[in-house]
Amino acid sequence: MSQLSVNHLLGIKGLKREDIELIFSTADNFKEVINRPIKKVPSLRDLTIANLFFENSTRTRLSFEIAEKRLSADVVNFSASSSSVSKGETLIDTVNNILSMKVDMVVMRHPNPGAGVFLSKHIDARIINAGDGAHEHPTQALLDTYSIRERLGNVEGKKVVIVGDILHSRVALSNIYALNLLGAEVMVCGPSTLIPKFIHTLGVKVETDLRKALEWADVANMLRVQHERQDLKYFPSIREYSQMYGVDMNLLNSLDKDIVIMHPGPINRGVEITSEVADSPQSIILDQVENGVAIRMAVLYLLASKIDR
Amino acid sequence: MKIILGAKEIGITLERLACQLVENHNDFKDTVLVGIQPRGAIFAERIKTILELNYELDDVKLGYLDITFFRDDFRRRDKQIEASQTQIDFLVEDKNVIFIDDVLHSGRSIRAALTAIQSFGRPNNIELMVLVDRRFSRSLPIQPDYKGRKVDSYDNEKVIVKWIEQDEIDGVYFEQKND
Repeated sequence: MSQLSVNHLLGIKGLKREDIELIFSTADNFKEVINRPIKKVPSLRDLTIANLFFENSTRTRLSFEIAEKRLSADVVNFSASSSSVSKGETLIDTVNNILSMKVDMVVMRHPNPGAGVFLSKHIDARIINAGDGAHEHPTQALLDTYSIRERLGNVEGKKVVIVGDILHSRVALSNIYALNLLGAEVMVCGPSTLIPKFIHTLGVKVETDLRKALEWADVANMLRVQHERQDLKYFPSIREYSQMYGVDMNLLNSLDKDIVIMHPGPINRGVEITSEVADSPQSIILDQVENGVAIRMAVLYLLASKIDR
Repeated sequence: MKIILGAKEIGITLERLACQLVENHNDFKDTVLVGIQPRGAIFAERIKTILELNYELDDVKLGYLDITFFRDDFRRRDKQIEASQTQIDFLVEDKNVIFIDDVLHSGRSIRAALTAIQSFGRPNNIELMVLVDRRFSRSLPIQPDYKGRKVDSYDNEKVIVKWIEQDEIDGVYFEQKND
Protein backbone atom coordinates (compact mmCIF):
# COMPACT_ATOMS: atom_id res chain seq x y z
CA MET A 1 0.00 0.00 0.00
CA SER A 2 1.38 3.38 -0.90
CA GLN A 3 -1.58 5.64 -0.17
CA LEU A 4 -3.49 6.55 2.94
CA SER A 5 -7.08 5.32 3.19
CA VAL A 6 -8.23 8.76 4.40
CA ASN A 7 -8.31 12.21 2.80
CA HIS A 8 -7.91 14.14 6.05
CA LEU A 9 -6.14 13.31 9.29
CA LEU A 10 -8.90 14.08 11.78
CA GLY A 11 -8.08 11.44 14.36
CA ILE A 12 -6.45 8.07 14.85
CA LYS A 13 -9.96 6.60 15.01
CA GLY A 14 -10.77 5.92 11.37
CA LEU A 15 -7.22 4.99 10.42
CA LYS A 16 -6.16 1.47 9.59
CA ARG A 17 -3.05 -0.24 10.88
CA GLU A 18 -1.59 -0.13 7.35
CA ASP A 19 -2.05 3.66 7.33
CA ILE A 20 0.06 4.00 10.46
CA GLU A 21 2.70 1.67 9.07
CA LEU A 22 2.83 3.68 5.84
CA ILE A 23 3.23 6.90 7.83
CA PHE A 24 6.04 5.27 9.86
CA SER A 25 7.96 4.04 6.83
CA THR A 26 7.61 7.44 5.14
CA ALA A 27 8.76 9.11 8.36
CA ASP A 28 11.87 6.90 8.33
CA ASN A 29 12.79 8.47 5.00
CA PHE A 30 12.13 12.00 6.25
CA LYS A 31 14.13 11.37 9.40
CA GLU A 32 17.13 10.73 7.17
CA VAL A 33 16.33 13.94 5.27
CA ILE A 34 16.20 16.15 8.38
CA ASN A 35 19.61 14.89 9.47
CA ARG A 36 21.28 15.89 6.19
CA PRO A 37 23.50 18.97 5.88
CA ILE A 38 20.74 20.50 3.74
CA LYS A 39 17.50 19.50 5.39
CA LYS A 40 15.03 20.33 2.67
CA VAL A 41 13.23 18.56 -0.15
CA PRO A 42 11.12 20.27 -2.83
CA SER A 43 8.09 17.91 -2.78
CA LEU A 44 5.39 20.41 -1.73
CA ARG A 45 6.81 23.53 -3.35
CA ASP A 46 3.54 24.21 -5.22
CA LEU A 47 1.31 23.98 -2.13
CA THR A 48 0.24 26.52 0.45
CA ILE A 49 -0.57 25.39 3.97
CA ALA A 50 -2.41 27.41 6.60
CA ASN A 51 -1.72 26.76 10.27
CA LEU A 52 -4.86 27.79 12.11
CA PHE A 53 -4.34 27.81 15.86
CA PHE A 54 -7.46 28.73 17.77
CA GLU A 55 -5.72 27.60 20.94
CA ASN A 56 -2.22 28.20 22.30
CA SER A 57 0.62 25.96 21.23
CA THR A 58 4.38 26.20 20.98
CA ARG A 59 5.74 22.79 20.16
CA THR A 60 3.06 21.48 17.83
CA ARG A 61 2.86 24.69 15.89
CA LEU A 62 6.63 25.02 15.51
CA SER A 63 6.90 21.37 14.62
CA PHE A 64 4.25 21.65 11.90
CA GLU A 65 5.79 24.84 10.57
CA ILE A 66 9.26 23.30 10.39
CA ALA A 67 7.85 20.16 8.73
CA GLU A 68 6.05 22.30 6.14
CA LYS A 69 9.16 24.34 5.42
CA ARG A 70 11.36 21.26 5.13
CA LEU A 71 8.97 20.11 2.40
CA SER A 72 9.21 23.52 0.70
CA ALA A 73 5.53 24.41 1.12
CA ASP A 74 4.44 28.03 1.52
CA VAL A 75 3.18 28.59 5.05
CA VAL A 76 0.71 31.06 6.52
CA ASN A 77 0.13 31.28 10.24
CA PHE A 78 -2.92 32.37 12.08
CA SER A 79 -3.69 32.56 15.75
CA ALA A 80 -7.13 33.28 17.13
CA SER A 81 -6.05 35.83 19.67
CA SER A 82 -5.03 38.33 16.98
CA SER A 83 -7.80 37.66 14.47
CA SER A 84 -11.36 38.45 13.46
CA VAL A 85 -12.59 35.49 15.50
CA SER A 86 -12.62 37.91 18.41
CA LYS A 87 -14.88 40.12 16.27
CA GLY A 88 -17.49 37.34 16.02
CA GLU A 89 -16.69 35.62 12.74
CA THR A 90 -17.76 31.96 12.45
CA LEU A 91 -15.29 29.13 11.91
CA ILE A 92 -16.53 28.35 8.39
CA ASP A 93 -16.37 32.00 7.37
CA THR A 94 -12.87 32.38 8.75
CA VAL A 95 -11.60 29.30 6.97
CA ASN A 96 -13.41 29.99 3.71
CA ASN A 97 -11.86 33.43 3.61
CA ILE A 98 -8.46 31.89 4.04
CA LEU A 99 -9.17 29.28 1.37
CA SER A 100 -10.21 32.01 -1.09
CA MET A 101 -6.58 32.98 -1.01
CA LYS A 102 -5.86 29.55 -2.58
CA VAL A 103 -4.72 27.51 0.37
CA ASP A 104 -4.42 23.75 -0.23
CA MET A 105 -4.10 22.32 3.25
CA VAL A 106 -5.21 23.35 6.71
CA VAL A 107 -3.57 22.39 9.98
CA MET A 108 -5.99 23.27 12.76
CA ARG A 109 -6.01 23.31 16.53
CA HIS A 110 -9.32 24.21 18.09
CA PRO A 111 -10.73 24.14 21.65
CA ASN A 112 -13.94 22.39 20.52
CA PRO A 113 -13.98 18.61 20.02
CA GLY A 114 -14.94 17.68 16.47
CA ALA A 115 -13.97 21.02 14.94
CA GLY A 116 -11.86 19.26 12.31
CA VAL A 117 -14.61 16.83 11.33
CA PHE A 118 -17.08 19.70 11.09
CA LEU A 119 -14.74 21.70 8.90
CA SER A 120 -14.00 18.75 6.60
CA LYS A 121 -17.69 18.57 5.71
CA HIS A 122 -17.86 22.20 4.68
CA ILE A 123 -14.64 23.13 2.98
CA ASP A 124 -12.56 21.85 0.13
CA ALA A 125 -9.03 21.38 1.50
CA ARG A 126 -7.04 18.65 3.21
CA ILE A 127 -7.35 19.04 6.97
CA ILE A 128 -4.94 17.89 9.66
CA ASN A 129 -6.20 17.97 13.21
CA ALA A 130 -3.52 19.38 15.50
CA GLY A 131 -5.67 18.88 18.58
CA ASP A 132 -9.39 19.46 19.05
CA GLY A 133 -10.36 20.09 22.65
CA ALA A 134 -10.17 16.96 24.80
CA HIS A 135 -10.89 14.76 21.77
CA GLU A 136 -7.91 13.77 19.59
CA HIS A 137 -4.36 14.82 18.78
CA PRO A 138 -3.43 12.31 16.07
CA THR A 139 0.08 13.47 15.12
CA GLN A 140 1.11 13.36 18.79
CA ALA A 141 -0.04 9.73 19.06
CA LEU A 142 1.78 8.89 15.82
CA LEU A 143 5.03 10.42 17.01
CA ASP A 144 4.66 8.75 20.43
CA THR A 145 4.17 5.30 18.94
CA TYR A 146 6.90 5.98 16.38
CA SER A 147 9.28 6.86 19.22
CA ILE A 148 8.37 3.64 21.07
CA ARG A 149 9.05 1.69 17.87
CA GLU A 150 12.38 3.45 17.49
CA ARG A 151 13.50 2.78 21.07
CA LEU A 152 12.10 -0.74 21.55
CA GLY A 153 12.12 -2.01 17.96
CA ASN A 154 8.42 -2.72 17.85
CA VAL A 155 5.14 -1.54 19.33
CA GLU A 156 3.29 -4.85 19.12
CA GLY A 157 3.11 -6.65 22.46
CA LYS A 158 4.67 -3.78 24.42
CA LYS A 159 3.03 -2.63 27.64
CA VAL A 160 2.35 1.08 27.78
CA VAL A 161 0.91 2.96 30.74
CA ILE A 162 -0.50 6.43 30.27
CA VAL A 163 -0.28 8.33 33.56
CA GLY A 164 -2.11 11.43 34.71
CA ASP A 165 -5.01 13.52 33.55
CA ILE A 166 -6.73 11.03 31.23
CA LEU A 167 -10.05 12.83 31.48
CA HIS A 168 -8.94 16.04 29.80
CA SER A 169 -6.29 14.58 27.53
CA ARG A 170 -6.59 14.34 23.76
CA VAL A 171 -3.11 12.84 23.78
CA ALA A 172 -4.37 9.94 25.90
CA LEU A 173 -7.33 9.15 23.65
CA SER A 174 -5.31 9.27 20.42
CA ASN A 175 -2.55 7.22 22.02
CA ILE A 176 -5.02 4.56 23.17
CA TYR A 177 -6.42 4.22 19.63
CA ALA A 178 -2.97 4.10 18.04
CA LEU A 179 -1.50 1.65 20.55
CA ASN A 180 -4.52 -0.62 20.21
CA LEU A 181 -4.21 -0.57 16.40
CA LEU A 182 -0.54 -1.48 16.61
CA GLY A 183 -1.15 -4.34 19.05
CA ALA A 184 0.27 -2.89 22.28
CA GLU A 185 -1.25 -3.46 25.71
CA VAL A 186 -2.49 -0.23 27.26
CA MET A 187 -3.12 0.80 30.84
CA VAL A 188 -4.23 4.14 32.18
CA CYS A 189 -3.21 5.31 35.63
CA GLY A 190 -4.20 8.38 37.61
CA PRO A 191 -6.47 9.65 40.38
CA SER A 192 -9.89 8.07 39.93
CA THR A 193 -11.38 11.55 39.50
CA LEU A 194 -9.29 12.03 36.35
CA ILE A 195 -10.11 8.66 34.78
CA PRO A 196 -13.24 8.64 32.58
CA LYS A 197 -15.95 6.31 33.77
CA PHE A 198 -16.19 4.05 30.70
CA ILE A 199 -12.55 4.09 29.65
CA HIS A 200 -12.34 0.25 29.93
CA THR A 201 -14.68 -0.03 26.94
CA LEU A 202 -11.70 1.09 24.82
CA GLY A 203 -9.91 -2.09 25.86
CA VAL A 204 -7.52 -0.58 28.39
CA LYS A 205 -6.61 -1.63 31.90
CA VAL A 206 -7.21 0.81 34.75
CA GLU A 207 -4.89 1.19 37.74
CA THR A 208 -4.84 3.86 40.42
CA ASP A 209 -1.57 2.75 42.08
CA LEU A 210 1.38 4.24 40.17
CA ARG A 211 3.94 1.76 41.51
CA LYS A 212 1.89 -1.24 40.39
CA ALA A 213 1.40 0.38 36.99
CA LEU A 214 5.10 1.02 36.49
CA GLU A 215 5.99 -2.50 37.60
CA TRP A 216 3.74 -3.78 34.85
CA ALA A 217 4.86 -1.41 32.10
CA ASP A 218 7.64 -1.22 29.51
CA VAL A 219 6.83 2.40 28.71
CA ALA A 220 5.30 5.19 30.82
CA ASN A 221 3.79 8.15 29.00
CA MET A 222 3.46 10.90 31.60
CA LEU A 223 0.76 13.43 30.80
CA ARG A 224 0.64 17.01 31.92
CA VAL A 225 -2.04 18.05 34.38
CA GLN A 226 -4.23 20.33 32.30
CA HIS A 227 -5.15 23.04 34.78
CA GLU A 228 -6.64 25.14 31.97
CA ARG A 229 -9.32 22.53 31.22
CA GLN A 230 -10.16 21.75 34.82
CA ASP A 231 -13.23 23.70 35.88
CA LEU A 232 -13.25 22.18 39.37
CA LYS A 233 -10.81 20.58 41.78
CA TYR A 234 -10.04 16.97 40.85
CA PHE A 235 -7.36 16.46 43.49
CA PRO A 236 -6.57 18.30 46.73
CA SER A 237 -3.25 19.89 45.80
CA ILE A 238 -0.43 19.78 43.28
CA ARG A 239 1.88 18.62 46.05
CA GLU A 240 -0.35 15.66 46.80
CA TYR A 241 -0.67 14.85 43.10
CA SER A 242 3.10 14.81 42.60
CA GLN A 243 3.55 12.61 45.65
CA MET A 244 0.97 10.11 44.45
CA TYR A 245 1.47 10.26 40.68
CA GLY A 246 4.82 11.93 40.08
CA VAL A 247 7.82 9.86 38.99
CA ASP A 248 11.19 10.47 40.62
CA MET A 249 14.53 8.65 40.44
CA ASN A 250 13.88 6.73 43.67
CA LEU A 251 10.77 5.21 42.20
CA LEU A 252 12.45 4.44 38.85
CA ASN A 253 15.50 2.85 40.49
CA SER A 254 13.36 0.69 42.75
CA LEU A 255 11.83 -1.04 39.70
CA ASP A 256 13.53 -4.25 38.58
CA LYS A 257 13.81 -3.07 34.93
CA ASP A 258 14.51 0.11 32.95
CA ILE A 259 11.25 1.48 31.63
CA VAL A 260 11.06 4.14 28.93
CA ILE A 261 9.79 7.54 30.06
CA MET A 262 7.81 9.72 27.64
CA HIS A 263 6.14 13.09 27.98
CA PRO A 264 4.22 15.00 25.31
CA GLY A 265 5.29 18.35 26.76
CA PRO A 266 5.16 20.95 28.09
CA ILE A 267 6.62 19.43 31.27
CA ASN A 268 5.72 20.73 34.70
CA ARG A 269 9.07 19.79 36.20
CA GLY A 270 8.57 18.45 39.70
CA VAL A 271 4.89 17.65 39.18
CA GLU A 272 4.52 14.72 36.71
CA ILE A 273 8.23 13.92 36.65
CA THR A 274 11.25 15.37 38.39
CA SER A 275 14.06 17.09 36.51
CA GLU A 276 16.42 14.14 37.00
CA VAL A 277 13.88 11.78 35.40
CA ALA A 278 13.23 14.13 32.49
CA ASP A 279 16.95 14.36 31.76
CA SER A 280 17.80 10.70 32.44
CA PRO A 281 18.88 8.24 29.73
CA GLN A 282 15.56 6.44 30.13
CA SER A 283 13.72 9.51 28.95
CA ILE A 284 13.01 9.84 25.21
CA ILE A 285 11.26 13.19 25.52
CA LEU A 286 13.57 15.01 23.12
CA ASP A 287 13.52 12.10 20.66
CA GLN A 288 9.76 12.53 20.61
CA VAL A 289 10.19 16.15 19.57
CA GLU A 290 12.65 15.28 16.80
CA ASN A 291 10.43 12.46 15.54
CA GLY A 292 7.48 14.87 15.57
CA VAL A 293 8.94 16.76 12.63
CA ALA A 294 9.54 13.57 10.62
CA ILE A 295 6.05 12.24 11.40
CA ARG A 296 4.39 15.52 10.43
CA MET A 297 6.39 15.65 7.21
CA ALA A 298 5.18 12.15 6.40
CA VAL A 299 1.53 13.03 7.12
CA LEU A 300 1.70 16.23 5.07
CA TYR A 301 3.44 14.46 2.18
CA LEU A 302 1.01 11.54 2.10
CA LEU A 303 -2.08 13.76 2.29
CA ALA A 304 -0.68 16.16 -0.32
CA SER A 305 -0.37 13.30 -2.78
CA LYS A 306 -4.17 13.00 -2.61
CA ILE A 307 -4.83 16.55 -3.76
CA ASP A 308 -6.13 16.64 -7.34
CA ARG A 309 -4.36 18.96 -9.63
CA MET B 1 8.99 -10.46 -23.36
CA LYS B 2 11.82 -10.03 -25.84
CA ILE B 3 15.32 -10.42 -24.48
CA ILE B 4 17.85 -7.68 -25.17
CA LEU B 5 20.74 -8.78 -22.99
CA GLY B 6 21.26 -12.19 -21.39
CA ALA B 7 23.16 -12.98 -18.22
CA LYS B 8 26.47 -13.56 -20.04
CA GLU B 9 26.19 -10.34 -22.05
CA ILE B 10 25.38 -8.35 -18.90
CA GLY B 11 28.52 -9.77 -17.31
CA ILE B 12 30.67 -8.66 -20.27
CA THR B 13 29.00 -5.23 -20.36
CA LEU B 14 29.59 -4.63 -16.63
CA GLU B 15 33.28 -5.54 -17.03
CA ARG B 16 33.58 -3.08 -19.90
CA LEU B 17 31.83 -0.27 -18.00
CA ALA B 18 34.05 -0.82 -14.95
CA CYS B 19 37.11 -0.74 -17.23
CA GLN B 20 35.98 2.55 -18.76
CA LEU B 21 35.57 4.01 -15.27
CA VAL B 22 39.12 3.02 -14.33
CA GLU B 23 40.43 4.62 -17.55
CA ASN B 24 38.97 7.93 -16.50
CA HIS B 25 39.29 7.84 -12.73
CA ASN B 26 42.53 5.91 -12.02
CA ASP B 27 42.66 5.21 -8.30
CA PHE B 28 39.21 6.64 -7.38
CA LYS B 29 40.78 8.91 -4.79
CA ASP B 30 38.34 11.74 -5.55
CA THR B 31 35.63 9.70 -7.18
CA VAL B 32 32.46 8.32 -5.56
CA LEU B 33 29.75 6.06 -6.93
CA VAL B 34 26.09 6.91 -6.32
CA GLY B 35 23.44 4.34 -7.18
CA ILE B 36 20.03 5.81 -7.94
CA GLN B 37 17.36 4.03 -5.88
CA PRO B 38 15.77 1.62 -6.29
CA ARG B 39 17.00 -0.05 -9.48
CA GLY B 40 20.42 1.55 -9.81
CA ALA B 41 21.54 0.32 -6.39
CA ILE B 42 22.31 -3.27 -7.37
CA PHE B 43 23.97 -2.13 -10.60
CA ALA B 44 26.24 0.16 -8.58
CA GLU B 45 27.12 -2.64 -6.14
CA ARG B 46 28.07 -4.90 -9.06
CA ILE B 47 30.36 -2.23 -10.52
CA LYS B 48 31.97 -1.73 -7.13
CA THR B 49 32.58 -5.48 -6.78
CA ILE B 50 34.26 -5.63 -10.20
CA LEU B 51 36.46 -2.66 -9.30
CA GLU B 52 37.52 -4.45 -6.12
CA LEU B 53 38.16 -7.85 -7.72
CA ASN B 54 39.70 -6.92 -11.05
CA TYR B 55 41.46 -3.67 -10.24
CA GLU B 56 42.20 -4.08 -6.53
CA LEU B 57 40.44 -0.83 -5.70
CA ASP B 58 39.37 -1.56 -2.13
CA ASP B 59 38.39 1.90 -1.09
CA VAL B 60 35.72 2.92 -3.60
CA LYS B 61 32.97 4.87 -1.86
CA LEU B 62 29.40 3.92 -2.74
CA GLY B 63 26.21 5.72 -1.73
CA TYR B 64 22.55 5.30 -2.53
CA LEU B 65 20.38 8.23 -3.50
CA ASP B 66 16.59 8.19 -3.35
CA ILE B 67 14.98 10.83 -5.55
CA THR B 68 11.29 10.33 -4.71
CA PHE B 69 10.89 13.65 -2.89
CA PHE B 70 12.70 15.52 -5.67
CA ARG B 71 10.64 14.30 -8.61
CA ASP B 72 8.78 16.87 -10.66
CA ASP B 73 5.84 14.52 -11.27
CA PHE B 74 4.64 14.30 -7.64
CA ARG B 75 0.81 14.49 -7.76
CA ARG B 76 0.92 14.22 -11.57
CA ARG B 77 1.03 10.46 -11.76
CA ASP B 78 -1.84 8.19 -10.75
CA LYS B 79 0.20 5.87 -8.59
CA GLN B 80 2.32 7.15 -5.80
CA ILE B 81 5.90 5.96 -5.75
CA GLU B 82 7.21 4.55 -2.52
CA ALA B 83 10.42 6.08 -1.28
CA SER B 84 13.57 4.03 -0.75
CA GLN B 85 16.45 4.73 1.55
CA THR B 86 19.06 7.37 0.90
CA GLN B 87 22.39 6.37 2.36
CA ILE B 88 25.32 8.64 1.60
CA ASP B 89 27.84 8.57 4.44
CA PHE B 90 30.26 11.02 2.86
CA LEU B 91 30.20 14.56 1.54
CA VAL B 92 30.38 14.91 -2.23
CA GLU B 93 32.00 18.35 -1.95
CA ASP B 94 34.68 18.65 -4.68
CA LYS B 95 34.32 14.98 -5.57
CA ASN B 96 33.73 13.40 -8.97
CA VAL B 97 30.34 11.76 -8.70
CA ILE B 98 29.24 8.89 -10.93
CA PHE B 99 25.46 8.44 -11.02
CA ILE B 100 24.56 4.85 -11.75
CA ASP B 101 21.08 3.84 -12.92
CA ASP B 102 19.64 0.95 -14.88
CA VAL B 103 17.64 2.64 -17.65
CA LEU B 104 17.85 6.18 -19.04
CA HIS B 105 14.50 7.14 -20.55
CA SER B 106 13.09 10.67 -20.28
CA GLY B 107 15.97 11.93 -18.15
CA ARG B 108 13.63 13.17 -15.42
CA SER B 109 14.99 10.85 -12.73
CA ILE B 110 18.47 12.11 -13.42
CA ARG B 111 17.23 15.70 -13.31
CA ALA B 112 15.78 14.95 -9.87
CA ALA B 113 19.04 13.26 -8.83
CA LEU B 114 21.00 16.35 -9.88
CA THR B 115 18.88 18.40 -7.47
CA ALA B 116 18.92 15.78 -4.71
CA ILE B 117 22.70 15.39 -4.67
CA GLN B 118 23.09 19.08 -3.87
CA SER B 119 21.95 18.25 -0.33
CA PHE B 120 25.27 16.49 0.15
CA GLY B 121 27.59 19.20 -1.13
CA ARG B 122 28.79 20.67 -4.40
CA PRO B 123 30.46 18.01 -6.55
CA ASN B 124 33.39 18.85 -8.80
CA ASN B 125 31.64 17.11 -11.66
CA ILE B 126 28.93 14.52 -12.21
CA GLU B 127 28.93 11.71 -14.77
CA LEU B 128 26.19 9.30 -15.66
CA MET B 129 26.42 5.55 -16.21
CA VAL B 130 23.43 3.56 -17.42
CA LEU B 131 23.01 -0.03 -18.45
CA VAL B 132 20.37 0.73 -21.07
CA ASP B 133 20.06 3.99 -22.99
CA ARG B 134 16.66 4.35 -24.62
CA ARG B 135 17.52 6.62 -27.50
CA PHE B 136 15.14 9.21 -28.96
CA SER B 137 12.98 9.23 -25.83
CA ARG B 138 14.59 12.09 -23.92
CA SER B 139 12.51 15.01 -22.55
CA LEU B 140 15.57 16.82 -21.18
CA PRO B 141 19.08 17.52 -22.43
CA ILE B 142 20.69 14.69 -20.43
CA GLN B 143 23.01 12.09 -22.00
CA PRO B 144 24.96 9.21 -20.47
CA ASP B 145 28.77 9.20 -20.25
CA TYR B 146 28.95 5.43 -19.97
CA LYS B 147 26.31 3.20 -21.47
CA GLY B 148 25.88 -0.56 -21.68
CA ARG B 149 23.50 -0.89 -24.61
CA LYS B 150 21.58 1.57 -26.77
CA VAL B 151 18.05 0.55 -27.64
CA ASP B 152 15.39 2.13 -29.84
CA SER B 153 11.94 1.68 -28.43
CA TYR B 154 8.37 2.86 -28.85
CA ASP B 155 6.45 4.60 -26.11
CA ASN B 156 4.26 1.56 -25.50
CA GLU B 157 7.28 -0.58 -24.80
CA LYS B 158 8.96 -0.90 -21.46
CA VAL B 159 12.54 -1.88 -20.78
CA ILE B 160 12.91 -4.14 -17.77
CA VAL B 161 16.23 -4.88 -16.10
CA LYS B 162 16.39 -7.91 -13.84
CA TRP B 163 19.16 -8.56 -11.33
CA ILE B 164 19.96 -11.92 -9.87
CA GLU B 165 19.98 -10.43 -6.34
CA GLN B 166 16.30 -9.44 -6.62
CA ASP B 167 14.77 -11.31 -9.51
CA GLU B 168 16.75 -14.58 -9.54
CA ILE B 169 18.10 -13.90 -13.05
CA ASP B 170 20.23 -11.34 -14.85
CA GLY B 171 18.68 -9.98 -18.01
CA VAL B 172 17.32 -6.99 -19.91
CA TYR B 173 13.95 -7.34 -21.59
CA PHE B 174 11.43 -5.50 -23.74
CA GLU B 175 7.85 -5.67 -22.58
CA GLN B 176 4.69 -4.42 -24.30
CA LYS B 177 2.66 -2.18 -21.98
CA ASN B 178 -0.96 -3.23 -21.75
CA ASP B 179 -2.96 -0.07 -21.52
